Amino acid sequence: MSPWIESEVIVMGAGIVGASAALALARRGHSVTLLERGFCGAQSSGVNYGGVRRQGRSLAQLPLSQRAHQIWGELPALIGIDGEYLRSGHLKLARSEADFVALQGYEAASRDHGLDLQLLDRAALRARYPWVGEIAVGASYCADDGHANPRLVSPAFARAARQQGARVIEQAGDSRVEHDGQRFILHTQSGLRLRAPWLLNCAGAWAADLAAQFGEPVPMESGHPAMLVTEPLPWVMNASTGVEGGGIYARQVARGNCVLGGGRGFALDAQRARPGQSAVLAILRNAVELYPFLAGTQAIRTWSGTEGYLPDHEPVIGASTTQPGLLHGFGFAGAGFQIGPAVGEALAELVCDGASRQPIEAFSIRRFQVRHDLASNH
Amino acid sequence: MSAVVIVGAGPAGIRAAQTLVEHGVHPVLIDEASQGGGQIYRRQPANFTRPARQLYGFEARKASALHQTLDALAGQIDYRPGTLVWNAEHGALDTLRDGHAAHLPYQRLIIATGATDRVLPVPGWTLPGVYTLGAAQIALKHQGCAIGERVLFCGSGPLLYLVAYQYAKAGAKVLGVLDSAPFSAQCRALPELLEQPATLGKGLYYRAWLSAHGVPVHQGATLERIEGGQQVQRAVWRKGDQLHDTECDALAFAHALRSETQLADLLGCAFEWSTLNRAWLPRRDQAGRSSEHDVYLAGDGAGIMGADAAEMAGERAALALLQDLGQTVDPQRCRTLEKRLTRIGRFREGLEAAFPFPEHWAEQAPDDLVVCRCEEISVGELRAVVGEGHWEINRAKAHCRVGMGRCQGRMCGAAAAEIIAHCSGKALHEVGRLRAQAPIKPLPFGVEHDA
Repeated sequence: MSPWIESEVIVMGAGIVGASAALALARRGHSVTLLERGFCGAQSSGVNYGGVRRQGRSLAQLPLSQRAHQIWGELPALIGIDGEYLRSGHLKLARSEADFVALQGYEAASRDHGLDLQLLDRAALRARYPWVGEIAVGASYCADDGHANPRLVSPAFARAARQQGARVIEQAGDSRVEHDGQRFILHTQSGLRLRAPWLLNCAGAWAADLAAQFGEPVPMESGHPAMLVTEPLPWVMNASTGVEGGGIYARQVARGNCVLGGGRGFALDAQRARPGQSAVLAILRNAVELYPFLAGTQAIRTWSGTEGYLPDHEPVIGASTTQPGLLHGFGFAGAGFQIGPAVGEALAELVCDGASRQPIEAFSIRRFQVRHDLASNH
Repeated sequence: MSAVVIVGAGPAGIRAAQTLVEHGVHPVLIDEASQGGGQIYRRQPANFTRPARQLYGFEARKASALHQTLDALAGQIDYRPGTLVWNAEHGALDTLRDGHAAHLPYQRLIIATGATDRVLPVPGWTLPGVYTLGAAQIALKHQGCAIGERVLFCGSGPLLYLVAYQYAKAGAKVLGVLDSAPFSAQCRALPELLEQPATLGKGLYYRAWLSAHGVPVHQGATLERIEGGQQVQRAVWRKGDQLHDTECDALAFAHALRSETQLADLLGCAFEWSTLNRAWLPRRDQAGRSSEHDVYLAGDGAGIMGADAAEMAGERAALALLQDLGQTVDPQRCRTLEKRLTRIGRFREGLEAAFPFPEHWAEQAPDDLVVCRCEEISVGELRAVVGEGHWEINRAKAHCRVGMGRCQGRMCGAAAAEIIAHCSGKALHEVGRLRAQAPIKPLPFGVEHDA
C-alpha cells in the first residue's frame, strides 16, 4: 500500500476552478492536494472558446465576474504568463430589432455592476466595426472584456499552485471517495491514498456523481460545444464577438487564426467529444453572414469538450448541505473560463474564512434539494 | 441499403474494388486524386503521352495492369475521384468534391489511405527547393518536371535509390545519393531481404546503375544542414568525422514512409504500437479486419508494406468483408494471400534493418531547428515544454502548438514524437499519438452542402 497523502484540503479536478482554488489556498499557506484524473486543464477549461467576458452573464454572477475581471488583470503576476489575454473588447451582436431591445434591457439592468456597456446602433456599428456583416442591426460593446488562450491559462493555474506549494497529482484516474466521520478518504485508480478534512468538488461535467454520493443529486447534463479554427488570416477582428440569443461567436488571435464556436457536438464517450459534421458545416455556412471576411478561408481544425449544464444554466458554488467539509464548484454551462479564478478564490475563502467576499448564495446546491423535497411530497 | 465504400484508389483500393465486383458487390470508390493509381502508380495528366515503361520502369507492367483494372470497373462501381473524405462519424463519411460537401453512409468500409514521407527535419529544410522524396517523385511521374537542375537525394529507405535512379534516367543531373544507413546494416539484413529476391534485385540494380553512371552513392552519410538565401544553394553533410558540402539547387529527403491513419482514428479503430513502423497503427488481423466490425484496413495506410503487399491486402480485406456479409469466398485464395503477405512482412523487417532509423536524430537536432513548419515551432520550444513536464504528445501540442497548423501534424508528428521521447526519457510509444481531429485536410467556409 502506498503511504497516506495527508493534506488539509483535497481539490478534485484541476480545471480552472479547482486549480485556482488550490492556488488561492496554497498562497494562504494551507496544505492542499490538487487531484486530476487526467492532465491539468485538459478538459473544458483548456479547450473552451477562450472568451473572457462579463457581458451577458446573469446579474447574480456579476459580482464574482467583476472580481474575476480584477484577477485576469493581474494574470502574469499570478500565474507567470499572460496567457495571450487581451482586453480586446467584446461585441454582442443583434440580428433583429427585438434582439437589440434585449441588449438594451441588459445594459439597463446591469448598469450598477460597472460593465460600462456601450450600445451601438447600425450606423455606429458599421462605422466602428466595418468587418461585421450586414445581418447585424446593432450591438452592445464591453470595452474591457476580451479573450485568452485556455490551453495555456488553465494549466498555468495548476503550475502556479504547485509553485506555491500545492501537491499536484495528474493521471490519478477515477477516485473512490469516503468519509470516516472526520476526514475524506480517497483511493485513486492509480493506487494512491489521500486523506483530508476538506474536499472541494471541482470536477466539472463529472461533479454530479460526487454530489450524489453525498446525498445531493443534481440534474446536470453534459453539453459539447462545436468549435473550429481557421488558418492564420490578416488581422481584422479588433473585438471578440458573440450573438444575442445564441449563434456563432468568433475571435481572432494574435497569430491571425480565427476561433469560432456555435452549435452542439456529441459525446464520443464519457470523457471525449467531437463537434460533429452537421455543426461544423453549419458554422462554415452561416459564419460568413456575420463575418464576411471569412468567405473562402479555410478551417484547419475542429474540436469540442464536455461541459456541465444545470437546468437554470447557473453553476453550483458553495458548501454542501449534507456533508461538512465538502464544497462544490461546478456546472458553469459553458461559461466558466472567465469566472473560474474568482470561484476558486471564493471556495478558498469558504475554507479559510467561512464565507466568501462575493455573494454566492444564488448558486447553492440547496436549490435542487428543494425541488427534490417537493417532488417527494407529491 | 447503404453502400460498401472504399477510400483510396491506389493498389489496395483498386484490388479491393475489383474483388468486390467479382463477387457481385458494387462499391463506392473514393479517391482524393483526380485519377486512380495511388502515389506509386500515379497517372500523368490526360494530354501527356509518356509510355508506361518510361513512367514506371520495372513496375510498368504492374502499373498498367492496375490502371486497366480500374478502367474496366467503370460502370460497375461508383467511382468518385477528386473527393476528399474530411470527416467520419456514426457510420458515415463526410466528403468534399469541387466545393460541395456530401454525407455518405456506409454499410462496410475499406480504408486504403496510403502513406506519406516520414520527415526528420534538418536546418534549412523549409527553404524553397527542398522536397520530400515522394514529392520529388510525383513531380517527375505526374507532370514530367524535375525539382531542380542539380539535385541531391538524402535520407534513407528504398525510395531514396529509386527516385535518384528515376531522376538520372529522365536526364536530370543527380549530384549524389546520401544514405544515412551504413553499408554494414544492409549486409546484415541480407537474409531477410532474400525473402523477395526480385525486389532485392531491383534495389541492387538501381544502386549499380547509379554507380555505373557516375552518380556518387555515400552510405553512412548524414545530411547536417541545407544552406541558401532565397533557395537551396548547398547541402552540408557528414560521413564519419568528415564534413562535406555539395552545391545544388534542389534537394529531396525523407526517412521512409508513414501511414495516413486519421480516418481510422476518427472512426474509433483501436490502435497498437508497431515497433517496426515506429508508429501507432490501427490494429488489423491477418485479413485486414479492424477493431470496428464494419471497418477494414488495407495497404500502407495501416503499416508500410509496399505496393505489392497493398494489392494483396486490398484483395484480402475485400474477401474478409465478403465473408462477413455471408458470401462464400475461396478459402485457398485467402490462405495464399496471407502467406504471401507474411513473406513480404519478413522482407519488410529486412528493409528496416537495412535502412535503420537514425536513432541519433532527436539528440542531435539543434534547438533552433523548426520542427513544425505550419506553426513555426522550433525544437527548442518543444523541448522547453517537455521540460515543464508535458511528455504526452497532445499535451505538448496544447502547450506549444506543435502539430496544430494546416497539416495537423501529418508532416511534423513523427519528428515531434521523437523529440519528446528523447527529451523526456520516455519510450517513443509512451509519448502517444496525435489525436485525429476533423477536418482531415482544410475545409473552406462557404462550402455548399445537401440538407
